[in-house]
Amino acid sequence: MPASDHSPATLLPGSAVFPHRHLTGIAGLMPHEITFLLDEAEQWVEANRAKKRDKRLRGLTQINAFFENSTRTLLSFEIAGKRLRADVVNMHAAQSSVKKGETLIDTAMTLNAMRADVIVIRHGSSGAVRLIADKVDCPVLNAGDGAHEHPTQALLDALTIRRRRGSIHNQRVVICGDLLHSRVARSNILALTALAAEVRVCAPSTLMPAGIERMGVTPFTDFDAALEGADVVMMLRLQNERMAGGFVPSNREFHLRYGLTLKRLAKARPGALVMHPGPMNRGVEIDSAVADHVDQSAITEQVEMGVAVRMACLDVLTRRARGVKGWA
Amino acid sequence: MIRDVALLNADLVCPTGGSSTGGVLVLDGVIAATGVFELPDGVATIDCKGKTLAPAIVDLGVFTIDIPAFHAGGVVRVGLMPDQTPVLDEPGVVQRAALIGRPGLWIHPIAAATRALAGKDLAEMAMNAAAGAKAVGTGERWIADSGVMRKVLAYAGDLGLTVIAQAEDAGILGNAVATAGETATRMGLPSAPALAEPLAIARDLMLAEETGAKLHFRQVTTAAGFDLIRAAKRRGVHVTCGITPAHLLLSDIAMTDFRTFSHVSPPLRDESDRQACLAALADGTIDVLCSGHDPRGPEEKRLPFADSANGMAGAGTLLALSLGMVRDGLITVERLVTMLSATPARIMGLETGTLAVGMPADLMLFDAGAPWLIDGDKMVALAGNTPFDGLPVQGKVLRLWKGGTALI
Repeated sequence: MPASDHSPATLLPGSAVFPHRHLTGIAGLMPHEITFLLDEAEQWVEANRAKKRDKRLRGLTQINAFFENSTRTLLSFEIAGKRLRADVVNMHAAQSSVKKGETLIDTAMTLNAMRADVIVIRHGSSGAVRLIADKVDCPVLNAGDGAHEHPTQALLDALTIRRRRGSIHNQRVVICGDLLHSRVARSNILALTALAAEVRVCAPSTLMPAGIERMGVTPFTDFDAALEGADVVMMLRLQNERMAGGFVPSNREFHLRYGLTLKRLAKARPGALVMHPGPMNRGVEIDSAVADHVDQSAITEQVEMGVAVRMACLDVLTRRARGVKGWA
Repeated sequence: MIRDVALLNADLVCPTGGSSTGGVLVLDGVIAATGVFELPDGVATIDCKGKTLAPAIVDLGVFTIDIPAFHAGGVVRVGLMPDQTPVLDEPGVVQRAALIGRPGLWIHPIAAATRALAGKDLAEMAMNAAAGAKAVGTGERWIADSGVMRKVLAYAGDLGLTVIAQAEDAGILGNAVATAGETATRMGLPSAPALAEPLAIARDLMLAEETGAKLHFRQVTTAAGFDLIRAAKRRGVHVTCGITPAHLLLSDIAMTDFRTFSHVSPPLRDESDRQACLAALADGTIDVLCSGHDPRGPEEKRLPFADSANGMAGAGTLLALSLGMVRDGLITVERLVTMLSATPARIMGLETGTLAVGMPADLMLFDAGAPWLIDGDKMVALAGNTPFDGLPVQGKVLRLWKGGTALI
């Protein structure tokens, strides 16, 4: 895995470079603000590899409020917070008062009263994170809300692409799979198009969101055609738990038309990067031979970048509260 | 209680008699004369100071009984949707609903066309009509079984009752809360194509044509839907349709930032369909303007968009928002009053809605030019959930009479 060869952009002094209180989505971020977060994450990639310790969030309380089940994202945020020495508390939906009928607003006010310094939220409904963010005094990080956004996933994907391909600009990225139910796809489309990638999306019509071409992408229903000249192939899993009724006839038929096999990958550019936000359905949207491809698969690297990106976001969003010079 | 009164010096707007200046003489709660008339001895007079006097609004298809909101908006009669708790599907419940608002608000229940609105078995339409129901309806639901819908139309047709239908194919609709398109895609909301509406309309129009029944679509909001209705009217099908100001004035962009006050049913459409709504208003395809009054408190609205209840508080803003369309030249004020009063009354078989002699003196006096700001926090409705919060408008109800009795 190569070290970063990216030269950070010239930083503006202080909070002017990232004037946002929360990170509820990629929507609303300017390209230079996305780049700033990626540049910030670079230092944490290297620090983590070198096992350097940092205590900048010491004494701060980070609450991970996950109203929807998650393993990897929760773990990633928890590790990110702990590596910065924050006091990390996890709140799972099964343990929360939401199960007892408490409203989301009440939960938000409760979290607020506990004087958290940063709250990380995952919720099954689009817009839920925004609703909470409006009610609390501390920064809120969106760890995925419904089919809306998953901004840190898009940032870690962008960081992975930038490190492996040298740049995001002009890269042809194909995002294939269950686009209709994917918050990852939405955030990635916003981030990658903002950074001037050429984005193609591919799915059967039953899983293609209406009007997606107005987000600056080119829709395809033929995966083989979409793969022509691709630099990056990003696969999404079928989110059966979000589907009411079948959107595709079967997993094996989906694999036939949209599964990424070695043979199909050959239609992309030589050495094209293979990505997947996980968890993978091996043999459905991606073959093991592709997922485990030593040279082309960046799937485990995405996980690594996830920790770095989340450390960067936690650091940046708490700077004002920590009184960092230029951010107060 | 004064039921004999002469309202003088007004601009009169009557759906049947047109516009004129003069007054309205009310004797024993009934319109006794209009225009220039001889003032009987001992009758109280009110100087209308040149403001507009018109039939009070008959609001067809409201969901909640909210008397202060209706009176503030110039409404004295409402067609109450069957989606109540309990559902308006049996005579006792219908009769009770019909009596709740009197004397200041006359509620005309729209009885459920099928038991419990389940879309399976016919409800007791004749008995419900005898108990006070003025129409039958499918509520906010769609009858998926075409055989049942055919029976509903045929049976209601025998009774002379209009069927008030929801124009949304439930199979296409699924759990959608938005119209499929760029906005819903960006927000990641469950959405359905606008096609759900014309699909439902096409079926019900064919059934209405075959059975000869009277059919009213409470809300039509798509270009394709209006095309079907225009064609059906030309063929002589007994069909009418309505709309709320929200669908005329807002597109799905109003949902941006997850504004749950813009969560309405049917969901807001894209700009091209909104323009089609305005065209249908201008060419007379739309018959009724209604508020769809459905106040929802923060318990139901301060939620993530898809989890929030649909509906908006519309009674208090119906007249002012509609008058904007008169100022824009889309319709005349006579046409507006027809859509607000006479046509909804006709659809429900009510003897009201005009200034004709012999009609009950259900009257509103309004100032078409009075400016005010829509403020959800200050609305007199049970809740102030309006997507028009903060919008400056013109047109205010000054006085309101039901059967000659002053309400405001």
